[in-house]
Amino acid sequence: MASDQTRSHSVKIATLLSIIPGLGQLYNKRFIKGTIFLILSAAFLIVFYDILNIGYWGLFTLGEIPAVDDSRLLLSQGIIALILTSFGLTFYVANLFDARRDAKKIQDGSAITSIKESFLNAWDSSFPYLLVGPGLFLLVFIVIFPLLFMAFLAFTNYTLMNSPPKNLLDWVAFDNFTALVTIPMWRSTFLSVLSWTLIWTFVATTIQIALAMFLAVIVNDPRVKMKRLIRTVLILPWAVPGFVTILIFTALFNDNFGAINRDIIMPLFGDGIPWLSDPFWTRIALIGIQTWLGFPFVFALFTGVLQSISSEWYEAADMDGASRMQKFRFITFPHLMFATAPLLIMQYAGNFNNFNLIYLFNQGGPAVQGQNAGGTDILISWVYDLTFQSSQFSIAAAISLILGLIVAIFAFFQFRKTSTFKEGGEM
Amino acid sequence: MNHKLKNGIELTGIYGFLLVMFIIILYPLLWTFGLSLNPGSSLYGADIIPDNWSFKHYIWLFTNPDSDYLIWYKNTLIVATATSIGSTIFVSLVAYAFSRYRFFGRKYGIYTFLLLQMFPVLMAMVAIYILLNLVGLLDTLWGLILVYIGGSIPMNAFLVKGYFDTIPRELDESAKMDGAGHFRILFTIMLPLAKPILAVVALFNFMAPFMDFILPRIILRSPENFTLALGLYNFVNAQFANNFTRFAAGSILIAIPIALVFLMLQRYLISGLTSGATKG
Repeated sequence: MASDQTRSHSVKIATLLSIIPGLGQLYNKRFIKGTIFLILSAAFLIVFYDILNIGYWGLFTLGEIPAVDDSRLLLSQGIIALILTSFGLTFYVANLFDARRDAKKIQDGSAITSIKESFLNAWDSSFPYLLVGPGLFLLVFIVIFPLLFMAFLAFTNYTLMNSPPKNLLDWVAFDNFTALVTIPMWRSTFLSVLSWTLIWTFVATTIQIALAMFLAVIVNDPRVKMKRLIRTVLILPWAVPGFVTILIFTALFNDNFGAINRDIIMPLFGDGIPWLSDPFWTRIALIGIQTWLGFPFVFALFTGVLQSISSEWYEAADMDGASRMQKFRFITFPHLMFATAPLLIMQYAGNFNNFNLIYLFNQGGPAVQGQNAGGTDILISWVYDLTFQSSQFSIAAAISLILGLIVAIFAFFQFRKTSTFKEGGEM
Repeated sequence: MNHKLKNGIELTGIYGFLLVMFIIILYPLLWTFGLSLNPGSSLYGADIIPDNWSFKHYIWLFTNPDSDYLIWYKNTLIVATATSIGSTIFVSLVAYAFSRYRFFGRKYGIYTFLLLQMFPVLMAMVAIYILLNLVGLLDTLWGLILVYIGGSIPMNAFLVKGYFDTIPRELDESAKMDGAGHFRILFTIMLPLAKPILAVVALFNFMAPFMDFILPRIILRSPENFTLALGLYNFVNAQFANNFTRFAAGSILIAIPIALVFLMLQRYLISGLTSGATKG
C-alpha cells in the first residue's frame, strides 16, 4: 500500500501546486513547511503590497505633484520595491524546486519523515540563512541600496536647480552620458580626468609594487643583518594614519615655505618648484607620496611570501649554475606573483579610487582653465566636487557609474586570478 | 679577493639604499614631531629641531575651553567601539555560514561579496549623502557607524572565512555526532578557535575610524559630532598654515598608539590576506 502511494505521487502535480507557495509542500505531506510557506507568502503580499504599489508607481513616474511628492523618497521606495521583489522571486523559485525535490524523494520511496524530524530538517536547512541574514540585510541597505540609488540617479536630471522636494525629477534616459561626450566643456574635462586617472593608477601602483619587490628581495638577502628592525621601519608609513602623513606632505611640499623647496630645492637650484600650483609638478609629487604611502603594504606581503619559498628551489638552481637574475626571474618572481596577484589587482583598484590622497594633498587642484575639474582630479574626487561643491548630482552619478564599470573590469581580472574561482565547488 | 670585494660593494649598495629609504621614511615623521614642539602656530619659521621647544600645543588641546579635542576623542571611541563589535559579530556569522554550510544561493552570495569588496562605499557617496539625509541620520554618529559596519562586511568576511576553512572539519562534525546544535558548535568550537583572526578583525575595525577622514567628512556636519580625523583636518583647512603645529600635536597623539598596535598586528593581517587569496 505504501509503495502504491509512492508510485502514484506525482512530481508534476507537486510543482504545479506550488505555483501558490506551500500547496505543493502540503501535497508532499510536509505540513509544517507548507503552512509556513503559505503564511510567509501571504504575509509578504499583505505587508508589502503598499510598498510595492507605491514603489513601482514612484519608480516610473518619480512623482506627479511638485512639493508634495518627493522624487528622491519615491525613487528610494522604488528601489526597496525592486529589492523586495527580487527576494520574493528568489524565495518563489526556491519553493518550486523544493516541492519538486521532495516529491521526487517520495516517488523514489524514501520514508516520509515525521513531524518532529521535518521540523529539525527545516531548522537545519534554514540555519545558514539565519546566519547570513543580518549581515546580508545590512549589506543590502548600506552598500547595494546606495549603489543602486546612484545608478538610477544617473538617469535623472537631479541638479541644484530642480532639487526636490520643491521640484520633481524626471527620467532623462542617457542625457547625462551624452552630455559628458558632446558638450565641449564636459567632454574636455571628462577626457582629461579619465586619462589622468588611468595614468595615475598605472604609474603610481606599478612604481609602488616595483619598489616593494626590490626592497623585499634585498632585505631578504641572507647577508643583511638586523632584518626585524629594517622591516619595521620600512612598514612604518603604512602604520601611521594616512590622513596625517598626507597633510604633513602638503606642508612639506608647500611652494613657499615647505621644507622640500626651502631646504633642498632652493639651495641647490635657486628657484623653488611650484609643487602645488603647476599640474605637472603636483602629479609628480602625488606619485612620489603614493609610493611612500603604498609600498609598505606590498613589501609586507612580498616578505611573507619570500619567507615561505622553499630553499630547495634555489639549491637546485645553484646546482644548474643559474645566475642571480635567472633565479629571480624563474623562481622568485613567479612565486611572488602567484601568491599575491589578486591582492595586487586590489592595489590597482585601490589607487584608481584613491580619493584620500588626491583630495587631501591639493583638493584635486591646481585649477585648470576651460574645465571644471582640477588638474590632478581623478574620477572619484571629481565626483565628490560635483556632488558637494556644485550639486550636479545626476552627472556625478553618471560618472560614478562609468567608474563602477571600470572597477568591474578590475573585479573580473581578480575573479580570474583568484584560485577560489577556479575550484568553484570547494570555495 | 675579487669575490670578497664584489660582496662588499654589494652589501654597501644594499645598506646605502636602505639608508636612503630610512631617511625618506623617517624625515616626514620626525618633522611632524618637531613641528608639534614649535611654540609658534604657522608653518613659516617652523624648525624640525626648535630652539625653544614647548608642549604648549599639547596642553592647549587638553585644557583650552575652545578645544574640542576630547569630544572628538570620545566620538571616535564611540564610533570605533560600536563598529568593532558590530562588524565582528556580523562578519563571524556570515563567515561561519559560508565556510561550513552548503546552501542554496551560497555560491552567488560569495561572488557578490567578492565583487562588493572592490567597490568602496565611497563610490556611492552621492546616494549615501542623500539617503542619510532622507532618514535623518546625517550628522549623527549612528549614521557613520552603520556605514562603517556595512562597508566592512565583504572584505572581513573573506578574511574570517579563510581562517574558518583552515579549522579541521572533523572537529565540528564529531561535535555534531555528539548532538551539539548549530549555535553550540559556533560558540564553543569555531569562535574560540578563530580568536586570533577575530581579534584582528575587531582591532582593525576599531582603528579604521581613527584613520578615516572622508566618510566623516560626508556624514558629519557639526563640530561637536566630529571624529578626530575630521577635527584635525579642520585645524589646517580652516585657516591654512595657521594651526599646523596644533594639528601636528593632535596627530602625534593618535599616530603613536595606532602605529604601535598596527606594527604588532600587521603580520596577522598579512598571513590572513595571503592565505585567503591562495587557499580561498
